[in-house]
Amino acid sequence: MQAVEVSHVVKSFADKVAVDDLSFSVAEGELFGLIGPNGAGKTTTIRMMMDILKPDSGEVTILGEKFGETARNKLGYLPEERGLYKKLRVIDTIIYLASLKGMDRRSVEAKADELLEKTGMSYVKSKKIEEMSRGMGQIIQFIVTIIHDPQLVILDEPFSGLDPVNTELLKEMCLDLKNQGKALILSAHQMNQVEELCDRILMVNNGRAVLYGDLAEIKSRYQSNAVLLDFKGELGDVPGIAGKRQHRGYVELLLDGKTTPQQLLEQLVSRGIIIKRFEMATPSLNEIFLKEVGKNKK
Amino acid sequence: MTLIMPVLGLLAIGVVQLVSAIIEPPEVETTTIGYVDEIGGFNQYTTQGPIELVRYDTQDDATAAMLKADVPEYFVISTPYTSMGVINRYTMEKQLETPPGTSAAIKRFLTSNVLSGKVPQETIDLVEAPLRLMTTRLTETGAVATEQGGFGNLLVPGIFSLLLALSLNFFASYMVQGLGEEKESRLIEVLLSSVTTRQLLVGKVLGLGVAGLVQVVVWLVSAPLLLNLASSTFGGFFSTIQIPGNFIFLGIIYFVLGYLLFAALSAGVGAISPNAREGQQLSLIYSMFAIVPLWFSSLLMMFPKSPIWTVLTIFPVTAPVEAMLRLGVSDIPAWELATSIVVLGLSIIGVLFISIKVFRIYLLMYGKRPGLGEIIHNIRNQ
Repeated sequence: MQAVEVSHVVKSFADKVAVDDLSFSVAEGELFGLIGPNGAGKTTTIRMMMDILKPDSGEVTILGEKFGETARNKLGYLPEERGLYKKLRVIDTIIYLASLKGMDRRSVEAKADELLEKTGMSYVKSKKIEEMSRGMGQIIQFIVTIIHDPQLVILDEPFSGLDPVNTELLKEMCLDLKNQGKALILSAHQMNQVEELCDRILMVNNGRAVLYGDLAEIKSRYQSNAVLLDFKGELGDVPGIAGKRQHRGYVELLLDGKTTPQQLLEQLVSRGIIIKRFEMATPSLNEIFLKEVGKNKK
Repeated sequence: MTLIMPVLGLLAIGVVQLVSAIIEPPEVETTTIGYVDEIGGFNQYTTQGPIELVRYDTQDDATAAMLKADVPEYFVISTPYTSMGVINRYTMEKQLETPPGTSAAIKRFLTSNVLSGKVPQETIDLVEAPLRLMTTRLTETGAVATEQGGFGNLLVPGIFSLLLALSLNFFASYMVQGLGEEKESRLIEVLLSSVTTRQLLVGKVLGLGVAGLVQVVVWLVSAPLLLNLASSTFGGFFSTIQIPGNFIFLGIIYFVLGYLLFAALSAGVGAISPNAREGQQLSLIYSMFAIVPLWFSSLLMMFPKSPIWTVLTIFPVTAPVEAMLRLGVSDIPAWELATSIVVLGLSIIGVLFISIKVFRIYLLMYGKRPGLGEIIHNIRNQ
């Protein structure tokens, strides 16, 4: 069973098409990246998955069923814009928001203690939300998102505004959830985070899918016919190389199209060059993102 | 506010009782008024309540006494009095008109002296106080009605209508502010990931309705207790205060329906308002209607049969407060009450229906407040 199944979904506001015939699925136990520039339609897509917005056409299935009360309680959502009741104490906030997910007070308190302990936030339990920093509030909201043990967790820009320590903490908790078999959808602008955490991605632009699939496979599609080499010794003229680009700490060798990376490696070894690093030049997700989004802008 | 009102009532009774025990009642100040009797025969009945009348032989003597501040004023009984009833009064004070107490004392003095010796004393007393109208309200069977009307009957409904108007304003503003803050902090998205827009709105409206119910029950339970206490402590007017028979039943209905209507309106306004401040400004438009019956309450007492009150009793936003107020002034025909409650109920359903749609469309829209045309267009297209 897929955790999320979005099929040919369309959503318009006034005369603007925010999401245009979008289809994708997210498997259980998968960390899925939803990326795209500002205004691409990510949040609208998430809101349709949450049943906050109704699609004009198309279908959304969550945990094998159309959105309903059961699905709602199996789902955790951390929205991009974050806010809590400022005058409420942390524990009361957690209890109230968890009770909306059908949890009873006693189990919320026990789970809240556990999660506050895990995040090192036990000392703020009785503090008011307004007494905490933005980052701390964000951790509390993350706790609220996962406290009811959801099967599907949707995180919209979870790392924005977090310091490196809390970013690492959140990443670890996301991976923990994934290891527990939960499905996670991560919508983020920081491509390095997506690249580091996600198995598959969907890149949207202007409401349409630009890239969709396995991250490694997508990256291999964008692989250039070049290798990155860090070495010791004299390189000289190497046959099969059409060009060279010098970078700090390594050199990028562009193959001529007839020579394979394997043949190049053999040649280098036979010349007695000490090789510290030899890898296929694969673009980062950020480069792919810029390339795809830039192409659409043109 | 729910508990504050009964506590304040209790405190007020306690404070008045304490103060009256400490402070002795003030002595009634006696005033002396001079008069000159040029006709003769006006020499009896010179004590008229707190006013003592002192006779002077001539007008010059009276003027001299006034200038020496022996008397603040005097009047002259001369020939025109017997034919035209004219009395000349002289004073050094600038006044709009003769103080009613002075005027009444002079009138009683003159009447008593004119009739003295000609008719029995009982007749003189009757001429001075010819009417003490005692009205008794009978039921359709001819029996004496338990509810006799009057100001004693108006007090409790009057206070309740005022409290209801204030509460409706307070809670409408509170709800709009709460929703505005949830929108501003974007907490609304977290809530909507747990409950549907319908559940969220109905929950908020019912929550406010229950708050209204609790409030009115607390007040209605405490009102008779306080009245009994006030009546046994002070007596007088307080012992005449009655709570109209159907007031408790209708009070609960109108309180709850009023809260539900204002909550549903506030939910819609809260949804379209980009922030709490703008929402509160917008809520003034309908909150004001809760006050309207109070503005015209004195007219209601003077003209209780006017059709305007029927309109205000049926118009949903004025109905709760107007109906409460009218219950204290006069009877409301059963058909009017039934129509009012049905219209109020239907309005709540209608407003709730529209508010749910507006809620769904605008709750996640931030920024500029939409115009009425845009709202209607979006509701139709939803």
